[in-house]
Amino acid sequence: MKSIILTQTTKFLTPAFVILSLFITYRGHNLPGGGFIGGLMLSTAFALLAVSDGVEKARHALRVSPEFLIAAGLCIALISGLPALLGDDAFMKSLWLPEFSLPLLGKIHLGTPIVFDIGVFMTVAGFTLKVFFSLCREEEN
Amino acid sequence: MIPILLTSLPLVLAVVVYFNGPLRAALTGKIAAACLLLLLGILAYVSSSPSLQHLLSSSIEWVPSLGVELLFSVNGFSRLMLFLIFGVGTVIFFYASDYLKSHPQQHRFLTVLLIFLTGMTGIVVSDNLIQLFIFWEVTSVTSYLLIGFKHEDAKSRWNALQALLVTGSGGVVLLLGFILLGSIAGSFDFQQIVQSKESILAHPYAVPAAICILIGALTKSGQFPFHFWLPNAMSAPTPVSAFLHSATMVKAGVFIVAKFTPIFTTQPYWDWPLVALGSITMLYASVMGLMQSDLKKILAYTTLAVLGLLMMLLGVGTELAVKSAIVFLLGHALYKSVLFLSAGSIDHAVHTREVGKLGGLFRWMPLTAITACLAALSKSGFPPFFGFLSKEYVYKAGLAEEAIAPFIIAMAVLTNMLLMALALKVGVHPYFSKKNSVPAAGKAHDPSPWMTFGPLMLASLGLAIGMFPAWISEHVTNPAVSTILMSEVSISMKLWHGLNLPLLLSVLTLAGGLSVYAMRHNRIFDKTRESTITDPFEKIYRSGHDGLIALTIWITGFIQSGSLKRYFIWMISFFVFLVMTKLILIGAPPKSSYETPLTLLDVSISIMMIAGMFGALITKSRLIMLLALSLVGFGIAWIFAVYSAPDLAITQILVETLIVVLFVLCIRKMSMIRSLTRVSTRVRDIALATLAGAIMTVLVLKSQWIQFAPSISEELMEWSYPLAKGKNVVNVILVDFRALDTFGEIIVLGIAALGVGILVTSNRSKSKEKSSNTP
Amino acid sequence: MEAFYAILIGILFAGGIYGILRRSMVRVIVGIILLSQSINLLVFFSGGANRGKPAIMDGETAPSFSTMADPLPQALVLTAIVIGFGLIAFVIVLFQRVFSRLQTDDTQELFKTDS
Repeated sequence: MKSIILTQTTKFLTPAFVILSLFITYRGHNLPGGGFIGGLMLSTAFALLAVSDGVEKARHALRVSPEFLIAAGLCIALISGLPALLGDDAFMKSLWLPEFSLPLLGKIHLGTPIVFDIGVFMTVAGFTLKVFFSLCREEEN
Repeated sequence: MIPILLTSLPLVLAVVVYFNGPLRAALTGKIAAACLLLLLGILAYVSSSPSLQHLLSSSIEWVPSLGVELLFSVNGFSRLMLFLIFGVGTVIFFYASDYLKSHPQQHRFLTVLLIFLTGMTGIVVSDNLIQLFIFWEVTSVTSYLLIGFKHEDAKSRWNALQALLVTGSGGVVLLLGFILLGSIAGSFDFQQIVQSKESILAHPYAVPAAICILIGALTKSGQFPFHFWLPNAMSAPTPVSAFLHSATMVKAGVFIVAKFTPIFTTQPYWDWPLVALGSITMLYASVMGLMQSDLKKILAYTTLAVLGLLMMLLGVGTELAVKSAIVFLLGHALYKSVLFLSAGSIDHAVHTREVGKLGGLFRWMPLTAITACLAALSKSGFPPFFGFLSKEYVYKAGLAEEAIAPFIIAMAVLTNMLLMALALKVGVHPYFSKKNSVPAAGKAHDPSPWMTFGPLMLASLGLAIGMFPAWISEHVTNPAVSTILMSEVSISMKLWHGLNLPLLLSVLTLAGGLSVYAMRHNRIFDKTRESTITDPFEKIYRSGHDGLIALTIWITGFIQSGSLKRYFIWMISFFVFLVMTKLILIGAPPKSSYETPLTLLDVSISIMMIAGMFGALITKSRLIMLLALSLVGFGIAWIFAVYSAPDLAITQILVETLIVVLFVLCIRKMSMIRSLTRVSTRVRDIALATLAGAIMTVLVLKSQWIQFAPSISEELMEWSYPLAKGKNVVNVILVDFRALDTFGEIIVLGIAALGVGILVTSNRSKSKEKSSNTP
Repeated sequence: MEAFYAILIGILFAGGIYGILRRSMVRVIVGIILLSQSINLLVFFSGGANRGKPAIMDGETAPSFSTMADPLPQALVLTAIVIGFGLIAFVIVLFQRVFSRLQTDDTQELFKTDS
């Protein structure tokens, strides 16, 4: 069920979705969004790619395996909790860098909760893609 | 220090004995016995020298954060019990190391016996009730293992299980009593519980707590109507019967009753059951004893009778009664274990325990005969034996209790007559009777010195104490009585009290006992025809046991049918039942006090969702099902969006999309959704579903009006920006305030992904195998 | 309003129960989805129904219930949606495996795999 229109649109849509999902993850701390939504969005992008160009293409475009995404996400989330331990605080207590400004993005806050949210983002995306790819491959067999 | 040593050393010995194997068990058993003797000596030394008294209590921090401590202490009463445990234990271990010589599992036997010793010591020295209960269970389990030691014999296994079930269920009830008591007193420390006696007695839970403790004690001590397990427990090897089922374990029940006497004595719900059940057991057991022909069974019934007597005396609860109970307990432990061991020696020598067949063994086994005779005379209450003294005290105690004196005296005299006849039947008849029909008797001989010396010592101790009672009274029994009554007592024991009513009663008992003994060849009592008399309560137990097993089989078959649907129905019905009862108990929902206005859009979206739901459940087309399902999902997303939850709305939309995509991938190959159930089943399911839905509705309505704790949301909102630097409070809760929970959640997702991976790959490897197998 | 949504939740719940009692596995999955959705709604409305007051601050006014919806149930529901999605995705894969192996969607026929 290859469609040229779908293939062409996906070519532009996928990168846009990836950037959008990252942005949504980042802005989740102050506005609607966050790791869960970002992760689901990222997987939607690759699901679209898989439907239009086939699973192998989508897997290739992802560059890393979904399992790797899950493992890395869990590790990142775990690591985000560790700095607090150094400062004799409870595990996963949030720590923040001083505020600074960037053009385009405005005031930037960086802290461990953002890192944690990125871990959530990767795990959710990895899980969804894992399920999706597995089902697709079964169907193709 | 000392109590911990006493409790733990037998455990160490158990390990040593076990790992030395069966070949060296006879030797290691004797070493263990010697160690026990050493411990007895240390205990006697430490407890008699005032400068070392501080060694007698100690505690170990166990769970400091919960304030749980292991408390050990030795007081006057537990010291008496420890003397019994270790004194009789030494004799038993010397005896057992030769009794089971060259048995392939002797090491196992001795190990379990040593573990039992730990448990029994633990019961006696524990001051924390939960700790006491643990040791209590240790004795139940080891008793089970020991009764079932001849595990190739089905009868043995049955008896062991019976003992375990009876004492084990009693143990559970006892634990219940302990927990009730502990929750009233606010502590499981026995000393603190005793101190808060007044508040405990005033509490409404005092009665159930006392009754639970009584049931635990009565089952352990084999009191009526739980008595039937003890005679059956005689299928254990003789040293076990002598140790567990006469001298120590069955006395644990008496010990518990005595331990709680300071709290519950003079309470009618404590005293009367003890007096009533104790006296019934006494009479019932001694009559049943007369009908037995097996030496050990006779002894078991006499043990029951004595335990009943002890319970009755503790129920009476006066100073004199407690004193006589303690004296009787000590005397009984001394002579009863000896009689058991002599019976074991006979069994060992001539391989039968049938009283009717035995006779004239004195010629071949003189030492055993003398030992048994000494014990039997003590048990019969001939002066100047210790048994005479203890009997005398029972009569004195009974006479002092004016209100029920005639009853107690009548019961006691009657029981003692029968007990005396039984004592002679067991301790004298086999050795001196002329009749003898045992073929192997000619080859019989006294067992090895290890087996004869110990019992002889115990029996002579009975005589010695009887002749010089003052010392034992001052140093052993009076401290024990003081502990139980919590006040100093100084009742001196004398052999000769002068001509008075107790003496007269003793003479009467002796005369009566002798005449019952003389009638032993009478048809009523002479059961040499090996007719076994089954206890009626045994039958009740058996039918209860079988009924329980049948019931569990039926229930398992009924609930665990293997049908997924059946399981669902059970779960849902149970949910409906639970929630419904709770809702009814709470009452009707109050009327809503605030109402958000309902818009037309709300109504139309909801109708759309309901339509979608029905569609998804009814249609046979896959496409319509997916569309209908997404109607519901997007309707929910709309609700989230309108009611101030943008995050949820976005998530719901994404999730809904992905579910539909996954579903499409999954059911692509299916032709159509089938309807598999009959109409009647569907109607039933609809009814159940409607009921569950209605309950859910009421639950939602009510839950809006019940607030169990103040909401923490306001704090979360306040802290969100200053502490977590986030304006989206929902996200802040997820990644900061409750980040650990979220972490747990993504771990779950990771595990689910692993599961998916395994599902997919396992099949692939299987299909590969298949394809390679079929060329 | 509250009563209205309570009834909606009840209907969805009833639909979910009916679904998981079907023999066809597809309907069981539909039942699970409906159940989790109705429960999500239940938790969501436990914080009360508020229109147009998202739990997002403007950084100027102090937060309170008069200006913001209760964020706690929302956080709970967000977690519940994602976990529910994880469950459903897993069940879908499981069903697909069972179907391709046994060529049936009838739960009663799953007995065959036991032996």
